[in-house]
Amino acid sequence: MTAGTILFYDGTFNGFLTCIFSAFEQKLEVNGIYTEATPQENIFAEPLNISTNSEKAERVIIGLKKKISNDSYRQLYFAFLSELEGIEMLLFQYINLVFKEENFSSKDFGHPIVLKINQTSKKVSREKHRMEAFVRFQLTKDDIFFATIEPDFNVLPVILKHFESRYSDQKWIIYDLKRNLGLFYNLQETSYINFNFKSKDHLDPSNSSIYSTSEIGFQKLWREYFESTNIKSRKNMKLHLQHVPKRYWKYLTEKSTWQN
Amino acid sequence: MSFERIKEKLNILADAAKYDISCSSSGSKRANKGGLGNSDGVGICHSYTEDGRCVSLLKILLTNHCIFDCAYCVTRKSNDIKRAAFKVQEVVDLTMNFYRRNYIEGLFLSSGIFNSPDTTMERLVQVAKKLRLEENFNGYIHLKSIPGASDELMQEAGLYADRLSVNIEIPTISGLKLLAPDKKHEDFIKPMEAVKNAIQIYQSEKKIIKSTPKYALAGQSTQMIVGATGESDRDVMYSAAYYYKKYKMKRVYYSGYIPVANDSRLPALGSPVPLLRENRLYQTDWLLRFYGFDIRELLNNENQNLDLDIDPKLSWALRNRELFPLDINKADKLLLARVPGIGLKSVYKIIEARKFRKLNWEHLKKIGIAYNRARYFITCDSNSFEKRDLSSLQIKGLILQNSNSKFRKDYSSQLNLFSS
Ligand code: SF4
Repeated sequence: MTAGTILFYDGTFNGFLTCIFSAFEQKLEVNGIYTEATPQENIFAEPLNISTNSEKAERVIIGLKKKISNDSYRQLYFAFLSELEGIEMLLFQYINLVFKEENFSSKDFGHPIVLKINQTSKKVSREKHRMEAFVRFQLTKDDIFFATIEPDFNVLPVILKHFESRYSDQKWIIYDLKRNLGLFYNLQETSYINFNFKSKDHLDPSNSSIYSTSEIGFQKLWREYFESTNIKSRKNMKLHLQHVPKRYWKYLTEKSTWQN
Repeated sequence: MSFERIKEKLNILADAAKYDISCSSSGSKRANKGGLGNSDGVGICHSYTEDGRCVSLLKILLTNHCIFDCAYCVTRKSNDIKRAAFKVQEVVDLTMNFYRRNYIEGLFLSSGIFNSPDTTMERLVQVAKKLRLEENFNGYIHLKSIPGASDELMQEAGLYADRLSVNIEIPTISGLKLLAPDKKHEDFIKPMEAVKNAIQIYQSEKKIIKSTPKYALAGQSTQMIVGATGESDRDVMYSAAYYYKKYKMKRVYYSGYIPVANDSRLPALGSPVPLLRENRLYQTDWLLRFYGFDIRELLNNENQNLDLDIDPKLSWALRNRELFPLDINKADKLLLARVPGIGLKSVYKIIEARKFRKLNWEHLKKIGIAYNRARYFITCDSNSFEKRDLSSLQIKGLILQNSNSKFRKDYSSQLNLFSS
C-alpha cells in the first residue's frame, strides 16, 4: 500500500499547472501539493519535486479552456492567487471534476467544491478591487508615482492591466511589501521588480531626498478635502468600517496618522 | 500654486458641495487614448466618509457666491457664511493632481449662481473643456446643469462631460414655490429636456456617422430632497418614476433633508436627518429599476408611505400572500426575484444550481439567501417548511424578532418623532 505522492512546486501558477500535468500523465495518487518552502509533515508519502514547465502548463490551460468558459477559468486562477492553505489540493480536486465529470458545470453551486472555488475567487476579486481603489501614489523627485501595498492575496498580477490603462502617461510603481515584489511601469511596459529597502525613508512623504517638494502639499489638500466632505449629522462609523476595514487604513493618505 | 490659499477655498467649497449626495461615477466608458485616465464603467469608490458615503469624485463648487435665496440651501444669499471662488485653472490643477495619485475617479463640479445662469454655466464648461482638450484627461466629469442656462451651453457641456444633472431639489411644485420662490419649475425641466434631446440626436447620428463626438456618455441624473416639505413617499417615487421615463434619467438620488437654516417653513436646525426613510426610498428605486416592480404595486392610494420597520419588498409580499409560497425548484426568475430575502445574485445562483439538482435549505443558505425572511414565502426540496397558517402580521412579528436591523435604533427614535 502506498501513501500517495506529495508534490512540491515553486509557487507560480505555471508551476502549479505543471503539477496538474504530471499528476494526470503519471496517474499519481496526489496527497498534497505544496510550495517548496513548506516543511513536509506526512513522512509516509513520497515527495516529488516538480520543476515548472511552461509548455506543460500551456497544455493544461488549453485542456481546461476546452471544457470551461473563460470566466470559469479566470475564477480558477483567482482562487489560486488566494494562496490560502490547501488551495492547491482544492483546485486539484476541482480540475479533476472538470476533466472527469460528464456534465461538469462551474455553476453547480450545490456542489461544495464548486461553491468554495467560486467564493474564494470572489474574495480575491474583492481584494483586487480594494487595491485598485486604495492604492495611493506619492510623487517622487524623479517623477515616478510610487505606492506600497500589503494585500491579503497576491493581486499584483491582476491589478496590472487596470493601472496600465489608467495611468499610461505617467511612470509608476506599485510595491507589495508582503511578498517583496513590485510592478514598474516605464511609459512603455510594465515589469516585475525587487527592492532592498535599506531604511524606512520611503514611508515619509516629506522626505525631500525621495519625494517631490509639492507631494506633501497635495496630501494635505486631499486630507482637507476629505474632512470637509464629511457630514457630521450623518456619521455612521459601523458603515464606515464595513467599507474601509481598519487594516486598509494604512494605505490611505486621508486616514494616515502623520500630522500636518 | 499657493497651497495655503487653495486649502482655504477647498475647505469652503467642498463643504458647500457635500450636501449633494449624487456621487455615482459609473456608467461611462471612456477609453484612454494616449492621454491620462479612463473611466471603465464601474465607478471606483476610493474612500468612504465617516458617514459611509462613497468618495469617488472631487466634488466641489466653483463658487458659493449666489444671487438666489433658496431656503433649503446653505449657499443662499441671505446666509451669513464665508464665500470663496476657484479660478478655472485651480480646479483643473487640483483634479489632475488628485487623479494622478489615484485619489479620485474624476470631478463633480457644481456652482452657486454668481451672475447670470449662462455666465455660471459657461465657467463650468470651461473647466471641463480645459481638462479634456489641454490636459488630455479621460477620467469622469459630472457637471451640474445650472437652471435657466441656454440650450447652446447645455449642448457644449455634453461634449465634455460624462454626466449632466439638474437637482429637482423639491419633489412637488407647491413645495418648490414655498421654498424657492425665485426659481421656476420650468427652469429645472428645460436643461433636462435639452440634454435628453441632444443625447438622442447624437445617438441617431452615431448610427450614420461613426465619428460623431461622444455626448454625455453616462447620461443624466437628478436629485430630490426629501423630508423638507411634508411630501409623501408616493409623491417622491411617482415623480422619480416620471423622470426615469420622460427624461431617460440614469439615476434619481434621494437626499434626506439636512437642516441648514432656521426657517419656519422647514424642519428646525438639529432635527435628525431621515436616514431610514432615505434608505427605504433607495430600496424602492432599486425594486423599480432591477426587480421589475411597477411603482403602483409598491405605493398607491392605500399605501402612501413606505413601512419604516420592514423593507418595501417584504411589505409588498405581506400584502400579496396569495402568490406564495413559491417552489424554489420551479418558480420563474421574475417571481423568484420578488421573494423577500432573495436578491438578484441569489436568483441567478438558484437558477443555475437547480439545473443540476433539487435544492434544499442547506443549499439555499450556502448560496446566501436571507433564510429568516425568505422561509415564509418558499418551499424547496425538504419536508421542513412553514406549516403553520400564519397571518401577515404574525410573519412580520417573527421576522422582526429574529433580525437586528442596523436601523433599529433610528427606527425607534424616528417613530417617537412621528407620534409626537
Ligand atoms: S440657486 Fe442653487 S446655490 Fe443658489 S441658493 Fe438656490 S440652490 Fe443654493
